[in-house]
Amino acid sequence: MDSILGIHEAALLYRARRMDVIAANLANADTPNYLARDLEFAGTLDSTFAAATRLKATDPRHIAPGPVTQSNELKYRVPHQPSLDGNTVETDLELARYAENAVSYQASLMFAGSRISTLRAAITGGR
Amino acid sequence: MSTFSTFDIAGSALSAQSLRLNLTASNLANMHDVAGDPAAVYRPRQAVFRASGQPFGDVLAGVDVLGVVESTTPPIERYDPGNPQANAQGMVYASSVNPMEEMANMISASRSYQNNLEVINTAKQLLQRTLMLGQA
Repeated sequence: MDSILGIHEAALLYRARRMDVIAANLANADTPNYLARDLEFAGTLDSTFAAATRLKATDPRHIAPGPVTQSNELKYRVPHQPSLDGNTVETDLELARYAENAVSYQASLMFAGSRISTLRAAITGGR
Repeated sequence: MSTFSTFDIAGSALSAQSLRLNLTASNLANMHDVAGDPAAVYRPRQAVFRASGQPFGDVLAGVDVLGVVESTTPPIERYDPGNPQANAQGMVYASSVNPMEEMANMISASRSYQNNLEVINTAKQLLQRTLMLGQA
């Protein structure tokens, strides 16, 4: 978390990835047996912070900390209304999630942009 | 950068859905096709979709058109001796296109096409804003 953009950089990457995942769901809305998937926000947040919150083994006699849980992988969605062809994409819900994700992406973009303009103001001394 | 794969994924869906629309148009256009031989008459065609690649793990899939299949529904036999296409027994065979089915299919394909177009437009806007990042 020592980059200029702070957590917003990770947030933008997460949102961009999620955009791809939901786009893939929408693209396969009519594909038989396609299973819709999504990223889990909490899992991604955990793995972003995992490095910082990990136990440090400062002495050789310490028990080695376990591996960081990789919970930022894709999860299958549980459909509200399963369809006969085995497809679990619910188009309207996916569209809503896509819109929500796009707005969150823009929010992260704004935060990152204001961070840059703050730095620029500091560099130029407000002139 | 992974964001560009949105365009690939949604683009593959656009081409698949437009093929589906074309097939619907072809089916509706040939709805009144008749022939004296049941093998010669037009049979409704449908596209078969499949997720491209292996949609497991972290790999995202677009859509592939696996192929176009012809319906196995037998043509409708009709006694119509006045028809120039009629065979020696005075029978003609009409294509088994179901207009209701085709219209429903058309609406579904057109909605899906619109959704994917929307996805591309939103992704394009977001990318353009990302390119403007840091420019006061």
